Amino acid sequence: MKKAKKGDYVQIHNIILEADERSENLPEETKKVPLELKVRGFLIDDEAQLNDQVTIETYIGRKIEGKLIDISPTYVIDYGEVVKELLPIGRELKKMLEGSE
Amino acid sequence: MGKDMSYEAVMSRNNEIMKKAVGIDYTQFEYDGIGFNYEKMMNKTGYDLNEIIKIQEEGDVGNTPVYELKNLTKIARKLAPEGKGARIFLKDEASNPSGSFKARRASVSVYHAKKNGYKGVVAATSGNYGAAVASQAVKRGLKPIIIQEVYDSTGAGQPEIIEKGRKCEAYGSEVLQLSVGPELFYTFLKVLEETDYFNASLYTPFGIAGVETLGYELAEEIREKTGKFPEKVIVTNAGGGNLTGTARGINKAGAEDTEIVAASVDLSGLHMASDKDFNRKSFTTGHTGFGIPFLTWPDRSDVPRSAARAIRYLDRYVTVTQGEVFYITEALAQIEGIERGPAGNTSLAAAFSIAQEMDEDEILVVQETEYTGAGKHPTAQLTFAKKNGIEVKRGNPRKEIPGKSIIIPDSPGKIKAQDLDVVKLKKSHIKKIIEFNKVDKLSEKDMEYIIEETNTDYEFVKDTLNEMNVEV
Repeated sequence: MKKAKKGDYVQIHNIILEADERSENLPEETKKVPLELKVRGFLIDDEAQLNDQVTIETYIGRKIEGKLIDISPTYVIDYGEVVKELLPIGRELKKMLEGSE
Repeated sequence: MGKDMSYEAVMSRNNEIMKKAVGIDYTQFEYDGIGFNYEKMMNKTGYDLNEIIKIQEEGDVGNTPVYELKNLTKIARKLAPEGKGARIFLKDEASNPSGSFKARRASVSVYHAKKNGYKGVVAATSGNYGAAVASQAVKRGLKPIIIQEVYDSTGAGQPEIIEKGRKCEAYGSEVLQLSVGPELFYTFLKVLEETDYFNASLYTPFGIAGVETLGYELAEEIREKTGKFPEKVIVTNAGGGNLTGTARGINKAGAEDTEIVAASVDLSGLHMASDKDFNRKSFTTGHTGFGIPFLTWPDRSDVPRSAARAIRYLDRYVTVTQGEVFYITEALAQIEGIERGPAGNTSLAAAFSIAQEMDEDEILVVQETEYTGAGKHPTAQLTFAKKNGIEVKRGNPRKEIPGKSIIIPDSPGKIKAQDLDVVKLKKSHIKKIIEFNKVDKLSEKDMEYIIEETNTDYEFVKDTLNEMNVEV
């Protein structure tokens, strides 16, 4: 089991509102799920493993409690796959420009 | 403490929390009856243009370059009737420190917060504004907290919004990332109450005054470059602040004849609070899901009276499709050599179409761009759309169904901005004023307010009220 030590950069999770505590005016699919929160910060507890209830200190120094869900969380973003619907656009426009010179 | 922190209890303390967190007593601007004194609010709590310019210089904000898009103009002229095809200019707001025009809004709020002794600033945002607040806050030594709607109930988020969250954190912000739902506002109020930080709302006079420099600069820059003010300026519209501030700045430069055109991405049919629809849209701002509700009811924002009142300033409102914006984003990179984020190019897509209605010697300005990068990029967003079951293909963008398909135009001639009925939108605003205030009779003072608010005349307002059986 992965363990985090005091000072490690981690991510925690909290339920803010259970499904039955949510606002009245919501679409059905939103009303039947809880409102959830994720926050990243530095572990205050000496040691913890995933799913433990822990406290973190955020970048600005606030302390927040929650369930440990990730250790050294990263941001998984990229440029996706080649989008063949976009690829021809540049060459089509350049052809039009050549004709206008 | 022992305060009741339940949803109902916190929401019921909204007014007292906001009064402390914004430092404005909004009741002083209220008229007897339904209206309020908008200009008094802007003057009393805002800063004048010269002060804003100074604040923004200190924050490295503004003075962004203006480029003429000569190749896109050439293509537009090829598609337009003989003699048509205005010169298209672009104000490159991506060159602000946090990569978007939102730095202008944030700079004034953060300055004001610091001056009034607040230790930190809190903002609720889809991301560009959060990055702007965080960026300006670190410059002035304040602590930023950003609250962002990021995930659906499966934990999945749009690559664009994940990137914007990353950027907020990159500037040392605490980022509270929430699943879908308007109760984000509850978390927002709780945080304000817990921290006593400043509410760096997008909708205070500070935020809007910060955008006035954008309009002022572009009017001046275009006059310097071309010898005249632009005939039209196109603004991507969501909450209305970008348009309001820009239009006010243009007026302050003396360009009173410049037409202000709002543009939003058409997301009709998608519910903004739906856990299911959340990841079926490729635009998280600049779309009709914010644009229309905020136009017809500006006071739905997080302050009692919003300073963002696009209804007062727009002359025309058009929509474009997601596919059209992705097309123009690719075109901007491929033939202008300028790679910028997709959402900010909403107004560019509209401009490419509207330029073709205008004369060749006329000038059209696209007033913003935003940064681009991993996640916040057409290829990332279209890949995500495909994985969520959205059909992506080339063809006629008029056939696009938000949430089901994204149609990249198969030729640039198919990019066609679609006009919304502004008269109908103004009537809808009047109707909402009447419903909200639960009145069946209006005073002359109320009439004056509605005429000013909708930028119409006595006859128009009276006729609209007659249709609703409201007496004057």
